[in-house]
Amino acid sequence: MSASVMEPSGRSKWVAGILVVSYAILTIIPLLWIIATGFKSPSDATAYPPKVFFEPTLEGYVNLLTDRRRATEETLQAASAQETWYESIVHERGMVISGPSRYGERFMNSVIIGFGSTALTMILGTAAAYAFSRFRVPFKDDLLFFILSTRMMPPIAVAIPIFLMFRSLGLNDTHLGMILLYTAVNLSLSVWLLKGFIDEIPIEYEEAALIDGYTRFQAFYKVVLPQAATGIASTAIFCLIFAWNEYAFAVLLTSGTAQTAPPFIPTIIGVSGKDWPAVAAGATIFLIPVMVFTVLLRKHLLRGITFGAVRK
Amino acid sequence: MTQSPIKKVAQATPEPVARRLRGLSDRSIAWIFVAPTIFLLLAVNIFPLIRTIWLSFTNYRVNRPNNEVDWVGLSNYEQILNDPDIWNTMQATAHFLFWTLLLQVLIGFALAYLINKKFKGNNMWTTIIVLPMMLSPAVVGNFWTFLYQPQIGLFNYAVGFVTGADPASFSMIGDVHLAPWAIVIADTWMWTPFVMLICLAGLRSIPESLYEAAECDRASQWRQFWTITIPMVLPFLMLAVLFRGIENFKMFDLVVQLTGGGPGSVTELTSINLKREAFEKWRTGYSSAYAVILFVTVFGLASIYVKALNKVKQR
Repeated sequence: MSASVMEPSGRSKWVAGILVVSYAILTIIPLLWIIATGFKSPSDATAYPPKVFFEPTLEGYVNLLTDRRRATEETLQAASAQETWYESIVHERGMVISGPSRYGERFMNSVIIGFGSTALTMILGTAAAYAFSRFRVPFKDDLLFFILSTRMMPPIAVAIPIFLMFRSLGLNDTHLGMILLYTAVNLSLSVWLLKGFIDEIPIEYEEAALIDGYTRFQAFYKVVLPQAATGIASTAIFCLIFAWNEYAFAVLLTSGTAQTAPPFIPTIIGVSGKDWPAVAAGATIFLIPVMVFTVLLRKHLLRGITFGAVRK
Repeated sequence: MTQSPIKKVAQATPEPVARRLRGLSDRSIAWIFVAPTIFLLLAVNIFPLIRTIWLSFTNYRVNRPNNEVDWVGLSNYEQILNDPDIWNTMQATAHFLFWTLLLQVLIGFALAYLINKKFKGNNMWTTIIVLPMMLSPAVVGNFWTFLYQPQIGLFNYAVGFVTGADPASFSMIGDVHLAPWAIVIADTWMWTPFVMLICLAGLRSIPESLYEAAECDRASQWRQFWTITIPMVLPFLMLAVLFRGIENFKMFDLVVQLTGGGPGSVTELTSINLKREAFEKWRTGYSSAYAVILFVTVFGLASIYVKALNKVKQR
């Protein structure tokens, strides 16, 4: 019997497998290259031809996390008496550590703003999504479309008036300002996604709970929330990833105290020119959490990226 | 009279329960639940939008707060539409949009089609392919400048290895003719999985009975592909194009990190151009008018497109 579309023949499966696997390998190379470059010495990182095999070093990570300055022979010799492993890496280059770099701070800003805005988005978004799913809200479709349309604006276009507004409210370059801004941007995604998830919970559960004497609020948090837990969790991760990756608002509205990692990482430079191993080390630390989340999310990925328009 | 069972039960419920139920009407709960969201969106989206529209009719400059603000009517709009630089920017954006969408649709669909052959381990490889699109475009875009370095860059080395060209002889970012392609390649690398995932959902939604019926009619596989697979996937594909189209029209982070709009202004997409006008030249009124024009363009194109999409869906 000849093969059909539903049940591909063994050979066509093989061909498909080989093609997809080669694309996957090709597409993952830049990411592996980031990780590898983080463990290279500066000369290995800029070697020609590009080095696939090299002696791994933590110099990039040390350079990422410290500020350094050049030192004289005498200072170096005095310092090398009782040096730690990371100090010895720096001393070998004729420099001493002058303090921690800004990377830690910027990374923490990303964590604070990411988690803060995600928490706020989820509280507001779940409530709004529940109302849109269960009640007759006047102008429901218009409101839902309005919420979605806020996502169509180029961020730079919105940034001009937001910059002015934040400046007059004293919110420029503050954690609170960025949390409110990312919450507003993420609300469209979370309301649309969560409405889809809540729509899927049969309304009979709540009716039963109401008959049993629950109030609406109790029915909401004792019946609906547990049922929607997976949906809420995956929506939260999508919001977190957005806030984590966001660059345009961050670069325009933050410069110091509240600057997140994405605008900071590209500005990392060494003593002489761009320090690629340090940049790669910073990128690796920053990207790995998202890669882990992506693997965890893979079943809900499609729904998240299409605002719930495509469900599987 | 037929009454709903809930009402019957509600009437039979003892007094305290009924009173608790009456506590807050569904209507007021609905408002309490929706109001904070709407309020925040009004404050952070709609109020600024109105202010942008208002500013677009003035000559306001943020860096000169003491200057008198004059009402200039439509002159900002006139200037923008007659500015040859803006049309160059639009052309760069159109080039970027056309090629990224074309490549992502072709490669994304092909990948989805192959993955749908359900070979062993296809789920794991799909997850690997999806990784780039979840990462921070600014951070990744910055690293692509390293891959694109002449001589030492991995991309140049690979191209040299395959074609025999000298990897030091060309610079993807520095060359006026190559830079527009450098951003197309990086964007395609990053976002092809997006189109692929949506196509995959489309392919998996096709009922097998359609193919079984075609098989009974002895339709060739080629024929089945064009008369069943393509029409059934088309709405999904169009949705993917809508999302990518809007996103790439707004494109900022990846490209600004890769080329910064250069060399010259050959890769200066609208968002980068707008950023320059608003936050480097500080022409606030002018750039507000620019922002309004962009918003109307996206909104208009998207609405026309959605109408077309709905027509395809109904077929």
